[in-house]
Amino acid sequence: MADIIKLENIEVSFQQKGRTVTAVKNVNLNVEQGDIFGIVGYSGAGKSTLVRTINLLQKPTAGKITVAGTTLFADHKQQVTPKELQAKRRNIGMIFQHFNLLNETTVADNVMFALRHSPLSDQEIETKALKLLDLVGLKDKANFYPVQLSGGEQQRVAIARALANDPEILISDEATSALDPRNTNQILDLLKDLNQKLGLTIVLITHEMDAVKRVANKIAVMQHGEIIEQGSLRDVYLRPKAELSRQFVGGSLAAIETLKAFNLGKLGTDQGLFQVVFSAANLTKSIILDLYRELGLDVSMLYGNIEVLGNEPVGTMFILVKGNDDQLASVPAFLGDKDVEVTRIDERGIWND
Amino acid sequence: MTNFLNEYLPNVVNLGWSGDSGWGTAIVQTLYMTFWPAIFGGLLGVVFGIALVVAKPDGILPNKFWFGFCDKVVSLFRAVPFIILLAVIAPFTQLIVGTQIGTTAAIVPLSLGVFPFYARQVQVALESVDSGKVEAAQALGATNTDIIVDVYLREARAELIRVSTVTLISLVGLTAMAGAIGAGGLGNTAIAYGYNRFNNDITIVATLLVLLLVLIIQLVGDGLAKKFNHQAR
Repeated sequence: MADIIKLENIEVSFQQKGRTVTAVKNVNLNVEQGDIFGIVGYSGAGKSTLVRTINLLQKPTAGKITVAGTTLFADHKQQVTPKELQAKRRNIGMIFQHFNLLNETTVADNVMFALRHSPLSDQEIETKALKLLDLVGLKDKANFYPVQLSGGEQQRVAIARALANDPEILISDEATSALDPRNTNQILDLLKDLNQKLGLTIVLITHEMDAVKRVANKIAVMQHGEIIEQGSLRDVYLRPKAELSRQFVGGSLAAIETLKAFNLGKLGTDQGLFQVVFSAANLTKSIILDLYRELGLDVSMLYGNIEVLGNEPVGTMFILVKGNDDQLASVPAFLGDKDVEVTRIDERGIWND
Repeated sequence: MTNFLNEYLPNVVNLGWSGDSGWGTAIVQTLYMTFWPAIFGGLLGVVFGIALVVAKPDGILPNKFWFGFCDKVVSLFRAVPFIILLAVIAPFTQLIVGTQIGTTAAIVPLSLGVFPFYARQVQVALESVDSGKVEAAQALGATNTDIIVDVYLREARAELIRVSTVTLISLVGLTAMAGAIGAGGLGNTAIAYGYNRFNNDITIVATLLVLLLVLIIQLVGDGLAKKFNHQAR
């Protein structure tokens, strides 16, 4: 699939009290059409600043931004006229942590505000606004004022407003961070639904790993303005390379904590520690028994867990295998044949490919 | 009733209703001197207030020159005491309305006296609009006019009504000084016919009338602000 958002060597720096503060450093990011791309990181990592460059709410100091085939920014300056940028922004919906609805107008007017410059007639605009509110399940609240709605409902209105001009891209800037867990999940499911129904490409920034786990297919981890790791959700989640990803993404964090608690110390030379990851398709396979029966290995299970990534349940297991070097070395190939991902790790839980 | 007034407020009755020194004349003059400067000064204030918000360094149309210009003009006019402003701009007043004295002449200095105060109030009111709303509008592809009208002005509506009320009340206060250039009004009645002639009853009645006017403005302003407020506060 084609890249719908292409960020090349993006850098954003601010002048603050005479000092230059670099919020985003040399970021390269490609989002493909139909992706739900999660960008995670602690507060202050530069996530918000980075995604704001996509629709030029934040002008970068350097780099090149291409959205849906149009170069918006290159050679240190904006490449489109303000009018063109306004038109382009209507193709990039955005939702925010604090909803940012207009409080002095009704819910329907909020959506219609986004359609102010559409070629539709007034009648069509009204019909469309109601259709959008119906899409987010709020048709009966069209004449309410935003303050009369709950946080989750307000965010739905914001989504309806962001989708008013049929954008190809939706940017979600911590959109679920101010919501309670139930509303958070409903909003995330709505986003996923829109992604599937409308083919909407979504860039989701959040500090909540659970949100990304629920909906994203790709993920990037940011720290100190840089992307320290990116890839498919499954890869980064299950085999994080950077230390922060391991802490933050934490697919194996709980497991590693558990291993530490076991206080394994140094493994014996005849022992190997493996992480075994299997998907729904392999749930019924008896991996541990096979290792014993076919390779004659002693296997003890230290940790097991099943997570749902996207809609797919993924199991993680840590096993301690006893055998000679040759036998231990044959484990990855043996299980690999069974479509199970195996990684040998050392006793501290550090990947050891 | 008439007996009571004649007995306790003889000087008040003596001034009469119409005529140059009459109560009716003074009331009309005060209303006249409040109304027109409210319109002209109000417009100027809104324009400068908007300019100060949109042209500031992180505004939607950052412009160092215009921001600096508006900021300096507002500060300068605010710094000049009104009673001096009345005198100092007399030639300008002459140019605009063709006379330096009288009620109509007072409109010019009153407008110029009230606008910087109002501009600052409008600036503060507009800045109370969450920058996130402005950003959301920009992200939706809204034009700058959309943002000024539908985001800034409409979202700050209740706050604008509140600051307008305060400004209008302080404008009533300024009209009292316009007597200095022969503009009449209730303030002039209180000073020239009351205080200066030791007619305390006139001073008190004129003061009560001014207070009544202020009270009406306050009540109407509060009512409107409440009606137009849909914010959670």
